[in-house]
Amino acid sequence: MSIAYILHLADNALVLGHRNSEWTGHGPILEQDIALSNISLDLIGQARNLYQYAATLIGNGATEDTLAYLRDENEYKNCLLVELPNGHWGTTIMRQFLFSAYQHPLYERLSDSNDENLNAIARKSLKEVTYHLRWSSEWVIRLGQGTAESRAKMTDAVNDLWPYTQDLLLHSPEEKEKWQERVQSIFKHASLNIPADVKMISGGFEGKHTSHLVEMLNEMQHLQRTYPGVEW
Amino acid sequence: MPSEEVIFQDKVDREIRIEPKDWMPADYRKTLIRQISQHAHSEIVGMLPEGHWITRAPTLKRKATLIAKVQDEAGHGLYLYAAAETLGITRDEMVDQLHAGKAKYSSIFNYPTLTWADIGAIGWLVDGAAIMNQVPLTRTSYGPYARAMVRICKEESFHQRQGFEILLVLSRGSKEQKAMCQDAINRWWWPSVMMFGPNDESSPHTAQSMKWKVKRFTNDELRQRFIDICADQVKVLGMQLPDPDLKWNEETQHYDFGPINWEEFWQVVNGNGPCNKERMTARIKAHEEGQWVREAALAFAGKMSSRAGVRG
Ligand SMILES: [Fe+2]
Ligand SMILES: [Fe+2]
Ligand SMILES: [Fe+2]
Repeated sequence: MSIAYILHLADNALVLGHRNSEWTGHGPILEQDIALSNISLDLIGQARNLYQYAATLIGNGATEDTLAYLRDENEYKNCLLVELPNGHWGTTIMRQFLFSAYQHPLYERLSDSNDENLNAIARKSLKEVTYHLRWSSEWVIRLGQGTAESRAKMTDAVNDLWPYTQDLLLHSPEEKEKWQERVQSIFKHASLNIPADVKMISGGFEGKHTSHLVEMLNEMQHLQRTYPGVEW
Repeated sequence: MPSEEVIFQDKVDREIRIEPKDWMPADYRKTLIRQISQHAHSEIVGMLPEGHWITRAPTLKRKATLIAKVQDEAGHGLYLYAAAETLGITRDEMVDQLHAGKAKYSSIFNYPTLTWADIGAIGWLVDGAAIMNQVPLTRTSYGPYARAMVRICKEESFHQRQGFEILLVLSRGSKEQKAMCQDAINRWWWPSVMMFGPNDESSPHTAQSMKWKVKRFTNDELRQRFIDICADQVKVLGMQLPDPDLKWNEETQHYDFGPINWEEFWQVVNGNGPCNKERMTARIKAHEEGQWVREAALAFAGKMSSRAGVRG
């Protein structure tokens, strides 16, 4: 597996983990605040494992923290979907679902990978992702079916996020079919529609990001950039 | 036949736990609801100052540890709300009281977190003071509260060690990091000392609470213990506590310490601390913006159970 691809996986996990953690302490229901924080922790844990692996391939003193904290936004390879602002709870849920529906078949496949390191990380993460997928699917259905207001909010969420779904799958063509099946089936349960004729936006893997990622990294990397070379 | 009141006090005296279905004096119930809900609110509001640094934590490991810590505090809030609910109040009612300004939470969370070192100082001092207050509560007379505290105290001591370790790394770091470390200790020390509440002579409920074994030690006893421990620990950091009067007293075998600024304490308790408004605004905002989610979840649960009803 190429270093770029491993970084792509790591960046996806870190950026989404970071976004979700912005909810910690601000969730709509205490139990769900805890659940989303858990997902954050899982994703950041996955990112750390992947960065550590990438760092051994890169050498040159690279570590999980140099990779996370000292790369500029044009070196980040995450898909655009994960860097978008959280929006309301429904958008966060929808994004998590769309992402988990991709990550689940991905880690399933990588669990059989010849790359021993990736294989081990995927196996370890698959259990977590199975839970993320179930949790987010249930919430998509709950909010899709709940009230007129929640349904409207979920419809908005789908419309807002759909343009970024092509970018999500661009570098994992093997997962596309399973992703589509999963999304169709959950949307059907949730009485939500897949929007038609959407203009797709992509470029995350190539480092062409939105200004949201720049803002996020400014905040995240602030201490490491201000006080370089010290231990924390 | 002895009166219910006598039976109750006899149980308390013999260290038999009072359980939700047992008879208890109305004031005991009221005191516990106030104390436990206040404690629960403190856990929840306490998520905010530290949560503020999750997105800026300096390493991935620190970020993960901090998320886990703040998440633990949410868990503490949950156990404590559940314990209070056994006394005949709902979580919704308690949360409403908090948002209406009718219920208090620990004033310590009305101070801002200005640098990364604050995360260390909070863990070391604030969680440290909380432990000092809470370990005796694992033996408090009300069963559900005592049991909740056992679990909570385990996690709090983990938080305290993590906080101290953050400061330890800073204390051995660059000039800027050392200054950051000392500055955070300076700002968090006195508010932490005040976490034990007013002096015993100005704490009118202490005697009753001790008789009920809701409380086991007085505010001043716990405060002294805390100061004694911190005065030694700060030496490991090579830092100083901001108290020129702090001095070991051979005679009392305790540290003497300087006067506490009770004026500041009451100011913050009464809503005039640096962040009182900010904290409540954040909690109310989260609550209001979550309204539609809670309504949808409720509506969905209703639909599911009526469907199950038709099938059954
Ligand atoms: Fe706590
Ligand atoms: Fe606590
Ligand atoms: Fe804690």
